[in-house]
Amino acid sequence: MSTKYTKEHEWIVVDGDIATVGITNYAQEQLGDVVFVEVPDAGKQLSQGDEAAVVESVKAASEIYAPITGEVTAGNPALEDAPATINSDAESAGWIFKMTISDASELDDMMDAADYKTHVAGLE
Amino acid sequence: MRYLPLTDNDRATMLSAIGAGKIEDLYTDVPAAALLAGPVDLPAHQGELEVERAISAMAAKNLNTSDAPSFLGAGAYRHHVPATVDAMIQRGEFLTAYTPYQPEVSQGTLQYLFEFQTQVALITGMEVANASMYDGATATAEAVLMAGRVTKRKKAILSGGLHPHYRDATTTIAGYQGITMTAAKPDFQCNEDITSLIDADTACVVVQNPDFFGHVRDLAPLAEKCHAAGALLVAVVTEVISLGALMAPGDMGADIVACEGQSIGNALNYGGPTVGLLAVRNKHLRQMPGRICGQSTDVDGKRGFVLTLSTREQHIRREKATSNICTNSGLCALAFTVHMTLLGETGFSRLARLNHARAVTLANKLAGIQAIEIINDTFFNEFTVRLSKPAAGVVEALAAKGILGGVPVSRLYPGEKELENLLLVAATETTTDADMDALVAALGEEL
Amino acid sequence: MADTQSTITGNRGLQLEEPLIFEQDSPGRVGVDFPDTDLSDNRLGGLERQGPVGLPNLSEPQTVRHYTRISQKNYGIDSGFYPLGSCTMKHNPRVNEKLARLPGFASLHPMQPTSTTQGALELMDTCAHWLKVICNMPAIAMSPAAGAQGELCGMMAIKAALEDRGEGAQRTRVLVPESAHGTNPATAAACGYSVDSIPANDRGRVDLDAFLSKLDEDVAGIMLTNPNTCGLFENDIIKIADAVHDAGAFFYCDGANLNAIMGRIRPGDLGIDCMHINLHKTFSTPHGGGGPGAGPVVLSEPLAAFAPLPFVVHGENGFDLVEHKSGAGKKSYGRIKGFHGQMGMFIRALGYMMSHGSDGLRQASSDAVLNANYLLAELKDTLSPSFDGPCMHECLFDDHFLKDTDVSTLDFAKAMIDEGFHPMTMYFPLVVHGALLMEPTESESRETLDQYIHAVKGLTARAKSGDAKYFHDAPQLTPRRRLDETGAARNPILRWAPGGDEEKS
Repeated sequence: MSTKYTKEHEWIVVDGDIATVGITNYAQEQLGDVVFVEVPDAGKQLSQGDEAAVVESVKAASEIYAPITGEVTAGNPALEDAPATINSDAESAGWIFKMTISDASELDDMMDAADYKTHVAGLE
Repeated sequence: MRYLPLTDNDRATMLSAIGAGKIEDLYTDVPAAALLAGPVDLPAHQGELEVERAISAMAAKNLNTSDAPSFLGAGAYRHHVPATVDAMIQRGEFLTAYTPYQPEVSQGTLQYLFEFQTQVALITGMEVANASMYDGATATAEAVLMAGRVTKRKKAILSGGLHPHYRDATTTIAGYQGITMTAAKPDFQCNEDITSLIDADTACVVVQNPDFFGHVRDLAPLAEKCHAAGALLVAVVTEVISLGALMAPGDMGADIVACEGQSIGNALNYGGPTVGLLAVRNKHLRQMPGRICGQSTDVDGKRGFVLTLSTREQHIRREKATSNICTNSGLCALAFTVHMTLLGETGFSRLARLNHARAVTLANKLAGIQAIEIINDTFFNEFTVRLSKPAAGVVEALAAKGILGGVPVSRLYPGEKELENLLLVAATETTTDADMDALVAALGEEL
Repeated sequence: MADTQSTITGNRGLQLEEPLIFEQDSPGRVGVDFPDTDLSDNRLGGLERQGPVGLPNLSEPQTVRHYTRISQKNYGIDSGFYPLGSCTMKHNPRVNEKLARLPGFASLHPMQPTSTTQGALELMDTCAHWLKVICNMPAIAMSPAAGAQGELCGMMAIKAALEDRGEGAQRTRVLVPESAHGTNPATAAACGYSVDSIPANDRGRVDLDAFLSKLDEDVAGIMLTNPNTCGLFENDIIKIADAVHDAGAFFYCDGANLNAIMGRIRPGDLGIDCMHINLHKTFSTPHGGGGPGAGPVVLSEPLAAFAPLPFVVHGENGFDLVEHKSGAGKKSYGRIKGFHGQMGMFIRALGYMMSHGSDGLRQASSDAVLNANYLLAELKDTLSPSFDGPCMHECLFDDHFLKDTDVSTLDFAKAMIDEGFHPMTMYFPLVVHGALLMEPTESESRETLDQYIHAVKGLTARAKSGDAKYFHDAPQLTPRRRLDETGAARNPILRWAPGGDEEKS
């Protein structure tokens, strides 16, 4: 199991042939209080870069893009009633969707935890 | 000029504070060729008296429904509006406020919008309503677009009983956004079967009740067919007072209800402005367009109201918004709310029953004329009759006698031979027996 | 401070608590007197309503008091200074309300024979004439219900014209400056176009080179606001228009800021193809707490034939309405609204225009520009202006002046409320950080502006003195203080429900 990060502030945990996707703690801080999350339905086919989910705060709505190509296997059902989970636990219980991995090489260019930390530090 | 507080002295002082010699110095970014040296070619300013005189002269050239027996309907209805309504909406705090973006200084607007949304949800039998749309026709177009978003399908079926303006506005607005419309032919006898048009690509079926020709329809069987096919039923109401006497569309299975709210609180205004109502099921809330007011609490724990769910809207989502709409129809919605508050449960029901009773009386009187056939078995306050000759000419002849005798169907469906002799007539609480007798007598002379 | 002087009722002098109408229901009361009609002979087809609607019953005096009380929780232009940038909150003359209520207009049915509505058609035609002359444009579509629908109307005309020319499939992109109001990209998307954002230069105008580099054969048009949302005149506008036309595209101008130029600069002389006019801004029809508005669209010759239905023409027997796609309406792209447009708004706008006349309109826009520049001049050393040089009818500042104070633009605006002013527009346009956009309009006296300037300077000094808490707690003196918008969005309560427990959506 390994965790990867994107420049769009998404994290991807790879467990076998399934990837779990969410937004980073840094991203949730930028968004502010999350009030609604639109998660994708299982079965949805996504290509890398497709719009997969939407995270809304009071004054902003952010599209979450598919970090890799694959098929959605689950959206996080808990977010419907408790969108604030993204604020309280962005990188674990606040996961947004799980998907299959069609092409593992798409993960190659992504950052690891240390690289992402450096990336975020550079933004501030 | 009475609306401009700055004096020449003020202007000179202010220019000097700015460091400008003359007003033109503030327009230096304008290409010289585009800067006019003098006023545009229009008359000079006038006093209030002169303006009133000129515009009143135009008003005086019209024959208005307050001065003539009137049987006009077709989506706009003359009703009595209590004087309280106008007194309330002319309060400057309501009239001259902007959209309530600053809730601390807009609780008045926000509270009536919350009341409005509740009233609309109640009368339509739906779970939730927005803070209003421009009018019934645009509300219908938005309902179709919303059905497209909910079902992720691209086809809408429009009943032949739908008001032709609603059909056309929907076809234009939703058509430009990729929805394909199938419009059934005019269904003046209320015997269409549009269920055969429903297929796996159908986002919604749009049906009006009472329909354009006045018939009262049971929407439940159609709702069932829609739902079985995964489509939504959009119910349209152009005479909102009918909801005081008829089963609510929500209770007959509608998924989205779009109404024209003019009949409550609003004058005819030659067709605008009016107020559109849009009510939906909770589960589709996030796909609903337009402004929405919600309840909240302030930092002291007191109940208050705010605009909410605004991430659906253009100022945040830009090209991904549910609609490009910014405004609702605020002041018309207030007129609706105040009038509906005066009516209450008892008044709303009585007003609806009275309207129906007047229309029944009118139908009975017209049934006595040999040259007239009444088309409808059912109706609320409006129905269709077939005359022995083209209705448009008869209406013109009646107008010459000072009677506004109804709407010839051909005005909305030009060139349809079968519809040429059809006339829509409406009666409301404002229609007297004397009005009806005048119509009967005049028709007797013309037919 | 808020509740130190608590009262038994919760009322505080003229600040009266007012429950919802649903909480004042008492069966047996009624606010209208209608007879109870027997419906034994009915034609409702067995579809009568079963059971009550659930509406509350109130008498007339309760209703009057209810709406009077809640009105007093609102701030309007009638109450005080409303410098809400991009919204043009000017005085609403009451004569226009009186004229719109004349029975000869208000009681006119839209489907009357046109032989009985010649005065109404004359008024529409006269209003249209004034707007066309002010804009120097050959045609106008009167029916759009509001500015946003006007945008839709204009972009549909562009699309229809391109399709008529056989270029509908080829031209799929619309250029929109990044400073544009959100409706512009929303409208372009609603017409099926992809939106391409144009950056601004360091003077707050369209970056001409960036714009030219994006202009190609697949561009349908540009949507440009002028004066732009930063309150600045696009000085390259004629070059932009020429380039757009050379590329075979159309120029949509957002007319939201017409108040800066009316009577002094005609949009038609700048090379535009269409522009919506917010009658509720420039021509003073009341905003009404969010409508109704009206958004007539002036059109150039190449677009005129595609205008929506209906429209007024001079016929053989006086004025007539073209309501169908035949004759003069043959190329029209169709209808966008029920009936004929916002007649009540045409009356008010014409009243406003006739009252001012050509000289007064010119004076009004000049005064609006003068007032904005006066604010800019008096506040430029206190706040941080976003751009150099004179502004048009509104002046823009960013939040640089609040750096290190722990006071945000929002906090500052909320403190303005306690000083008795409506806040300026905040966080728009998006191109500057923490924007404060102030539009005083021509309706304000120098005394009002001076008082406002005094308050802004005083609050700035307070913010810089380190008293951030004062701002975080503002407003203190309003009927309600800051509201929990997060809670409202997380658990939407959008209607009242019986039993005191409001329904949760």
